[in-house]
Amino acid sequence: MKSTAHAFVENAREAVADRRLHKALSNMKAGFQNKRAATVAKLPEFEALRDQGRDIKNHVLANLDLYLERFERRVTQAGGQVHWARTAAEAREIVEGICRDAGAKTVTKGKSMVAEEIALNDHLEANGFTPIETDLGEYIIQLRGELPSHIIAPAIHLNKEDVEETFRKEHTHLPADRRFDDVPDFTNEARMVLRQKFQTADVGITGANYLIAETGSTVIVTNEGNGDLTQILPKTHIVVASIEKVVPTLEDATAILRLLARSATGQEFSAYTTFSTGPRRPGDLDGPEAFHVVLLDNGRSALLGTPAQEVLRCIRCGACMNHCPVYAAVGGHAYGWVVPGPIGAALDPGLIGVEEAHHLPNASTFCGRCESVCPMRIPLPKIMHHWRTQAFEKKLSSPSFRLGLKTWAWVAKRPGLYAVGSRLAIGLLAALGGRRGRFATLPLARGWTDHRDMPAPEGKTFRQAWADRRKHEAA
Amino acid sequence: MARSARDQILGAIRASHKRGPLDGDAAEPARVRLETHPRGLIPARSRIAPAEQVALFVEMAQAVAATVDRVDTLADVPDSVADFLAGHNLPAAIKVAPDPDLRRIPWAKRPVLEVAAGKAEDPDIVSVTGAVAGVAETGTLMLASGPDSPTTLNFLPDNHIVVLRTTRIVGPYEDAWDRLRARGDLPRTVNLITGPSRTGDIEQVIQLGAHGPRRLHIVLVDRDDAA
Repeated sequence: MKSTAHAFVENAREAVADRRLHKALSNMKAGFQNKRAATVAKLPEFEALRDQGRDIKNHVLANLDLYLERFERRVTQAGGQVHWARTAAEAREIVEGICRDAGAKTVTKGKSMVAEEIALNDHLEANGFTPIETDLGEYIIQLRGELPSHIIAPAIHLNKEDVEETFRKEHTHLPADRRFDDVPDFTNEARMVLRQKFQTADVGITGANYLIAETGSTVIVTNEGNGDLTQILPKTHIVVASIEKVVPTLEDATAILRLLARSATGQEFSAYTTFSTGPRRPGDLDGPEAFHVVLLDNGRSALLGTPAQEVLRCIRCGACMNHCPVYAAVGGHAYGWVVPGPIGAALDPGLIGVEEAHHLPNASTFCGRCESVCPMRIPLPKIMHHWRTQAFEKKLSSPSFRLGLKTWAWVAKRPGLYAVGSRLAIGLLAALGGRRGRFATLPLARGWTDHRDMPAPEGKTFRQAWADRRKHEAA
Repeated sequence: MARSARDQILGAIRASHKRGPLDGDAAEPARVRLETHPRGLIPARSRIAPAEQVALFVEMAQAVAATVDRVDTLADVPDSVADFLAGHNLPAAIKVAPDPDLRRIPWAKRPVLEVAAGKAEDPDIVSVTGAVAGVAETGTLMLASGPDSPTTLNFLPDNHIVVLRTTRIVGPYEDAWDRLRARGDLPRTVNLITGPSRTGDIEQVIQLGAHGPRRLHIVLVDRDDAA
């Protein structure tokens, strides 16, 4: 998809002022954080399972070529076909070609972030196919011409009123006086409308949560059942997946499944976890006649062996964004690319370039909540720090920012000077703050004082206070 | 000759790792893992005796809004199914998987039931299938596709009834995988089903019956009445 990550600062400013967005995002704490905490508390082994998940994926990344070759061999043995795509453009063309060969008109789709990454819908439409998103959230945003704002809850930025407006506008064949009193009214309407689309689609496209090298299976994890209807009803099933999704065995997939739903939605297990291996077998009464897997690299192989390699352990659960104060304030669209939130800040510069995405790693206070909930123990702040360093070295930040940073570094590397300077500055601010004890405006700190007062220091630097305490303890 | 995308991607992976293709000793850990598919950490919750497994399976399945009925033998299944249908005001027509085990159910005991076998078609409201296993750990059913168990039955009808012998209930998922492996190659589709279909996509309110079944009803059969 086309990135607007370069405009993050402007995007974020708009988002912060959007009250409808804040109302929608205010459901996240009860919806995601509390549920995760409650479910994790019921599984004493959860922390040990996180260690195990990290180790499995590290082993996979170190042996990625071997496991991909094995996966390909198994898919072929099961009667399916594997296609390799270096870039988004290659992946789009492969999918288009399969749809063309299948004589397809309509194409149903399960939710796939890789399909979003390669902007598949636009490409299919431009070539005369009709792609239909079937995940409820994806369906809503497709009708609205929007992009997902969250990797597992694509329409999290919307309220019921927004969905009602969209359904009334798009479903014009339904009675205009029908009522939308509560959530079931929306779900039932979407179910009814999409039922028919499932039955008539020629091709079904899904993503994959895992690819299993041992068996050549692709795995999807869903709650709605739309992904399953997408892949069992049409004659052709296409899976689009990125190369790092491969795991060695069914046992390895199972080990990571114990982490996925708990981290994502706070469920013990998602409603549907489906393993697909090749096309329908002789004697089967249903299932697709053709099975294709499109493996996408799109910059991932180049991240191996770099400090950013660990982002490739990501299982796309969304826990990091569910717990991120910055995501909660600006939502997913502000990030400007398919993967938002802390994992986006760590991954996107690697996939779309640090030139395009260098603002994203700055959208963090390094508070560390993301890393503390990541089921795969990805050191997200450390990787964001890596990209910040790259951006600095490539001179991507503004000259004043760089001058400020350089001055700071020069002073901070001279402890004597730092002590004197900070003592003077703190003393001066304490005196100026006076009785009020805070500043409404402060030069060089408008980013802070535009939105809230800056408390005045109380008179001593941290280092002075620390020295006093040591003296006190020794006495 | 230009190298294929496949070779370029595999080559790029190797270049990033500063090595060539893995072979000999270097490939051994991965080969052994694929061959032996070792189990990882299995939560204590699911390492329990068979009787406790059944109790845990029921508890976990009910926690995700599945309903469970427990009967003595297959001969009791028609009553259980008819009661479920009546209780929800559903038509007494069922589409049953052509599974040899389910064929032994004496449906004629309840003449009101209209029984057909095959895959699911659009107007079917209620399906009845078997399952390979029930996983106690999370109240999960494992269903595998095949000529006698079409996958559409698991997703198209509004109501999905699963008839499961309690001897098929296991503790962790890994035990269910072993049972499936014992049957031969993995079938085209393996479904792990945990409760009925649901979505939280609108304002994070959980709503059952998004696209798949609105209800999942499990009939546990305690005894074999093969005689």
